[in-house]
Order: sequence, then structure tokens, then C-alpha cells
Amino acid sequence: MSKSEIATIEKEATAILSGPGEKREFPDWFRDQQNAAWKQFSSLPNPTRKDQAWRFSNVGLLDLSSFRFGGTLTDKERAALLEQSRGLEKVAGRMVFAGDELLERDVVSDQLKKRGVIFQSLERAMVEHAELLRKHFMSQPATLGSAKFAALHQALVSSGTFLYVPRGVEVELPIEIFHWLTSENTSAFPHLLLVTDELAKVTVIEHFRSANENAPGFACGVNDLIAGPGAKIVYVCAQNWADNVIALQMNSTAVDHDASAMSLNLHLGSRYSRFESLSRLIGEGGRSDLLAVAVAKQQQEFDARTLQDHISPRTASDLLYKNALDDRARTIFGGLIRVEPHAHFTDAYQKVRNLLLSDDAEANSMPGLEILADNVRCTHGATSGQIDEDELFYLRTRGIPVPVAQRLIVTGFLDEVVQRLDHPAIGGYLHQLIEQKFANNRG
Amino acid sequence: MKTESSAVDIDRNKGNFFYPEAHVRDAGVGLSERTVQYIADVKGDPDWVREYRLRGLKTFLEKPLPTHWASKDLEAIDFDKIRYYLAPGTEPKRSWEEVPDDIKRTFERLGIPEQERKFLAGVEAQFDSEAVYSNIKKAVGEQGVIFVGSREGLKDYPEIFRKWFGKVIPIADNKFSALNSAVFSGGSFIYVPPGVKVKHPLQAYFRINAESFGQFERTLIIADEGSEVTYMEGCTAPKFNTPTLHSAVVELVALKGAKIQYITVQNWASNVFNLVTKRGLAQENAEVKWIDCNIGSRLTMKYPSVIMKGRKARGEVLSIALANDGQHQDTGAKMIHAADETTSNIISKSISIGKGRATYRGLVHVPKHLKNCKNNTECDALLINATSRTDTYPAITVRGTGNAVQHEASVSQVSSEQIFYMQQRGLTEAQAMSLSVNGFVNDLVRQFPMEYSVELKRLIELEMEGSVG
Repeated sequence: MSKSEIATIEKEATAILSGPGEKREFPDWFRDQQNAAWKQFSSLPNPTRKDQAWRFSNVGLLDLSSFRFGGTLTDKERAALLEQSRGLEKVAGRMVFAGDELLERDVVSDQLKKRGVIFQSLERAMVEHAELLRKHFMSQPATLGSAKFAALHQALVSSGTFLYVPRGVEVELPIEIFHWLTSENTSAFPHLLLVTDELAKVTVIEHFRSANENAPGFACGVNDLIAGPGAKIVYVCAQNWADNVIALQMNSTAVDHDASAMSLNLHLGSRYSRFESLSRLIGEGGRSDLLAVAVAKQQQEFDARTLQDHISPRTASDLLYKNALDDRARTIFGGLIRVEPHAHFTDAYQKVRNLLLSDDAEANSMPGLEILADNVRCTHGATSGQIDEDELFYLRTRGIPVPVAQRLIVTGFLDEVVQRLDHPAIGGYLHQLIEQKFANNRG
Repeated sequence: MKTESSAVDIDRNKGNFFYPEAHVRDAGVGLSERTVQYIADVKGDPDWVREYRLRGLKTFLEKPLPTHWASKDLEAIDFDKIRYYLAPGTEPKRSWEEVPDDIKRTFERLGIPEQERKFLAGVEAQFDSEAVYSNIKKAVGEQGVIFVGSREGLKDYPEIFRKWFGKVIPIADNKFSALNSAVFSGGSFIYVPPGVKVKHPLQAYFRINAESFGQFERTLIIADEGSEVTYMEGCTAPKFNTPTLHSAVVELVALKGAKIQYITVQNWASNVFNLVTKRGLAQENAEVKWIDCNIGSRLTMKYPSVIMKGRKARGEVLSIALANDGQHQDTGAKMIHAADETTSNIISKSISIGKGRATYRGLVHVPKHLKNCKNNTECDALLINATSRTDTYPAITVRGTGNAVQHEASVSQVSSEQIFYMQQRGLTEAQAMSLSVNGFVNDLVRQFPMEYSVELKRLIELEMEGSVG
């Protein structure tokens, strides 16, 4: 057996907590960064509920000792996963990952390629576009509580997507990325680095799925979205892990002057899913829209933390998070609008709405504001309530049975967020996923 | 500028004077078991209170400062340099004539005796650690209303006092409630018998006169079934160069159908750390209402709370905070719903001027299987200058269906169109600004007793001077 084959087999059996170990051929700088990140991960303390950033979180679920690296798949398994990797009908490009292995890449059209669009795996971009990648890779701060897990991600990530859209190029169709967790207790470290140059335009949708609906697993992903001056980015995440997956996702968006970024995160799967979303408005005239929908059932816990950081004057941000909670599910929303000194003429909005469908569901909301400039317009709101009896009554008088009426009201409540995307193909797809979750009656 | 008959003292300069100290009892500087034993000795505490104090000290020493969420400015308090007990060593007097001259002069300058004659049902005046004057109108006393200092409450009414003391706010609630439990002195004890409605407010006035001093009053108010009472407190201190600490614990108990209204106008000097724990317990159909107005101090951390323990209990907090240069008003409210059909309301308005920082911190908790609980929270912040800061940190937990909770907050500044319009009508910019700010708090101030609202409006005018242009 060659050395690399031994390494592969060892890796299959190795627990993730044993560290980076032997890896594929990475450039030195990347390897050094991984070792440094591992040291950081090891030295940072585990979060506790006493940390403000983890208040209300069920931190006891973050025991990573049983998780190991994803193994190599058989050809049959690969074929099956590729067969199941169906999302939107028309896409400009597609990548499929199982664990950290890139299974397939449908390249972008020649025309886009000619215009300079780069759509590559992380490991290839390290070699072919080293400078660009190095400049942006993990360059945004993990400030929302998960510094330890961002370090873990950096130490262990071994593949991912690098997407670069050059100046003035508009990619009409969405780019699609699939991440699969394969067998029991395997892990994934999904990574997306999206860099757009001036006036570029692109839409990306990521699907997070499990091959086995009963297999526990662990996902720890990082997304860095960089919107150059005047660029327009739309990012959609459709998280549908199996019910006993533990997932952490750290999203950072930097919005340059006159650029706009819109993100929508749909949370359906996992046992515990923590989702951190940092939006930094670094150039005048930038705008960021943060949208999220969660359908929480059984004992699911969705833990969302956000920061709308207004660094430059005349920037706008708008957050709308909606949760529907059934059974014993819990949701946590910890959000902050921060207006830095001198970021005058900020216009920021933040709204979280919880719809409680059962007596044991629990919604925690912490909408926060920190304003260090004047001439701002900032508002936030948080509501928690249940299905309006009058609405239900109205539907019943129209002959709609109670369970159907309830579902109509709940999906209508959530659809408001999806519609904000203003993208019929993606909107329709997300709507279908939401319906499925209610229909399956699974957690 | 200010009339002698004002009900509350919120002119910042008015309290800025002091007389030489003439204390007979002095626990010295710093905090140790000896300090606590000394206080227990001079106050003649029964054994259970002495033990309670020692438990408080132990808890205080064990608990860390809450700087993982609170202001790092707390670290500026040097607990070893504070004097924990200073008193003249005499019983509180029933008439102003008996009060020692220099202390009497202090309270006369603050207008207290005059207010008592005019509209108060009873007054207690605390000078450093102990009450120097305590009186209640005869008619009110005859109804069975008890209004005394905490020491007399403990001595003369032990069965009522002990039943509720420390029950609403346990020693270990937080570091500063533990400190208060160790060294408490002064404050009021009020008991209102069933069905008695005290028409006029009872007032306590807290005065710090000594430098590097810590005032730790302890107030316990019990409103028995169907009774009603309004309590007002005011406070001032001269501005010293060293930090002064004020750390009170206030417990309110509203039994079935009772109503308690507690009004605070806090106007400490800008070297005072004001770290206060206030909580009310509302039984069935009872109502606890906090009106909390924070104008003075260097750092205030105060979150009046209501635990709604009985069906249909109500809790309310109306809060106004004004933060100017060098001040951090970290205020808010906590509403704990613990029974069906309980309702709570929080309205908070803050104004940040210059380099001032105003923070709203709130907690709303609706646990499992409760029905028809409602909470409404509104926080509005007004920023006057580019260097002003405001924060909002609410935490809301709702379990189950059948409850409605809503929170809303906004941050804004005075609109330049409004100012321009008023200037067109012949007002100066400063007048226009102050009118606009008064408009911002007007709907809240209107709910205050008349005497307070007039004073508050004037104060805002004063604070706005020099903040524009």
C-alpha cells in the first residue's frame, strides 16, 4: 500500500478530534494555517450558556467526540448520491460534495468561462488562483460566538467551492451546490468562498442533505460572501440535514459601496443547528437583506445569531426571521444591529416572528441594538404568538378542515419571507421543501 | 430657576453641597466579617439577621462581577476603599425640630419638610446609613398603616417582616443583592392592612453626605389584600472625587387584589455607582407598577422586575433615562409570568446627550402551559449628538400557545424639519430642541404624578442647554 492509501484508510476511521493529520497535497501556506487553526481550536474554551453569545443554547449537544471524517464512497454510492442531487431545473453550474469529497462539477458555460468566471474546487483554486484565494480565504472575523468552531472548520476543511465573478459579469442562472452527509457519525466541513468584482451579479443556492435519514452526523461550515462595489449577490441555503445531525454554519458577508447582498436560510433538518450570520456594510450605499425561515418540530433546536454591522455611512440592512415551532422544538434568535461611530444615515431594520403551534415549544428572542452614531433610523421588533383564531374561523366557514386551514396559515406565514427573494424558481423550490416537511410529519 | 416648593429634586446642582461629618457610629473603611459584625452589633440585630448578613457576605465574595455582560466600568469600584456604615447613633426623630441642626438644614435645602406638609402621607429621611426622621400622618397611622425604617420594622414587627424579608430577592440573586444582604441599613418598611387605600404618597428621601461612602438601604413594602399604596423615593448626593456606591434592595409584595405603585427619581451625583435590585411579587389580581426615572449617577444598573404569581396579576414598568456626558444608564425591566392571564407592559424611553450612553436591558419570560399571558414592550431611544450612544438588549422567552408577546424598539433623532419649522415660528434652536425632546417623553411623563412631570420637563430643558450648535 502506498503512503497516501494508508492515510486515506486511517482518515476514514479517525475521529475529527484527532486533528488535521495527514492530508491531501495542500500548499504550505494552507497547511500552516490549518495547523495554527487547530491550535486555536484546541486552546479556545468550550462555549457555556453563561457566554452571552450562547445564552439559551443547548451547549450540551456540542459533544463532538463520536464524529469522524467521511470515508471514501463506492462507485455505486456515488452514483446514487449524484442521482439524488436534484434541486433547481436550470442552473449555470453545479458542484456536489459528499463529506469533503468533490463528487462532481458541472462547469459553467464556456461563455461565462471566457468572461473570466472561476468556478472551482477549493483545492484546485489554491494552486491556480493562489493569490486571489489567499486574499479572501477565512478573511472575515468570526465574532458571533463560534470562533472556536470557525477554527475547527479551518483546521479540517479539505474541499469546498471557490466562485469568482469578474467585473461587470452577470450570471443569470443560479449556481447550485450540494453537500451530503453520508454514513453514520461522519462529518462535513462545507466551504463556500464567493468573490464578486465590481458590478457583478450572481445567485447561489446550497443544499445540505443527508444520504441516510437516520444517521447522526456533524457539519461545520463556513461561507464567505464578498460583494464588490455595485455587485449584487443572492445566496440561498436549504438546510435539510437528517434529524439527528449537529450543524454549525458561519456566514459572513461583506458589502462594498452600492452593492447589495440578500441571503435566505431555510432550516428544516438537524437536531441542533446553529447559524451565525454576519453582515458587514463596509461601503457607502451598501444594502444587506437577511432572511430566514425555520420549521422546528420534535426536539429540534435552531439557534440563529446575527449581526448587522454598519461600518460606513448611508447603508441599509433589513432582517426578517420567521420561525414556526411545533412539539418540543426550541428556537433562539440573538440578533444585533450595530451602527459604528460615524456610520451616519444608517437605515436598519430587524424583525423576528415566532409562531408557536404547541404547548411545549419554546421561542427565545434577543433582538438587540447598539447605536454609536446619530442621524440613524433603526427599529426592531419581536413577536411570539399563535395561529389567529379569527383566521382559522374564516377558513373553516369556507369549508376548509382545521388541519388544512392550520397548514395554510403556517405556510402563508412563512411564505412572506420566501417571496421577498423575488425569484420564482427558487421560491417555488423552497416552498415545496416546506410543504414536504409538514407532509412528512418528521422532525 | 427653581422654586422652593418642588416635589422632587432633579436639578443636578441642587444636591451638590455637604456638611462636615459628625458620625458616632462608623464601621471604618473596607469590607470584612468584622465590618458585618460591627453593623449587626450597633444595630442590635437578632441572631437570624446576623447570620443572614454573614451568608450575604460569603455570597458576595464568591460571586464574580457580572462583567461578561455588564459594563467594565464596574471594575472601577474599589470595595476596599468604601465605608459601609456611618450613623449618628440616635433613633429617627418624629418631628423636624428634634433632628440635629446640620442634617435638618440639609433636608430643608432639599425642600423635604415643606413637601411633607403639602401633599405627603408620610416621610422618611435617610442620611447616610440610617433614617434621621420618620413620620406618618396621624390619620394614615390610625388606619393601621405601618411606615418605619427597616431596623424598626425588624424590631417592632418581626412576624410580618421576617415572613417576607429576602423572599422576593434572595441573597444570591446577584453580587450586589448579596452585598446589600451583608451590610444593609436604612430603607423603609411599609405594611398596608387589608382594604386600606393610602390616598397620598409615602415618600422616602435618601441622602449621601459622606465621601467614599456606600449606601445600602433595604426596603420592604407589603400591601395586604385589596389595599393600595404609592411610594416615592428621591435621592441626592454631593459630587465627590471618589466613587460613591449605592446598592439598594427593594422588595414589594402585593397580595390578592392589592396595588403598589413605586416611583423613583434618581438624581445621584455623577460619581455614584447606582446598582440596585428591585422586584415585586404580584398575587392574584394584584398590580405592581414601577415608575423609574434615572437622571443622575455615573453608572446605573437597575432592572425593576415583577413576578406575576397569581391569576390576572399585572406588572408594569415605565422608565425614563437621561444619559449625559460621563453617564451610562443601564436600565430596563424584567417580567416573569408565572400564572394564567397575567399581563405586563414595559415602556422605556431614553435620551442620550453628548457622550452619554443609555442601555435598555430587558427580560420577558412566559413559561410552559400558561394561557392568555400578554406582554407588550416598547423601547424608544433618542440620540441628540453624534457622540451619543444607545443600546437595546431584550431577551424574550415564550413557551406554548395561547400567549402573545411583542417587543418593539426604535432609535431616532430629532428631525431637522421639526427644528426648522419651530425656528421659523421664532423659537431658538435650543428651545426647539428641548420642545422636541419633551414631546418625545410626553406621553410617558403624563402618567407620572403632577409634581414629578413638571419637574422632569424643566430638567430636560436644563439638560438640553448647550447640547446643540
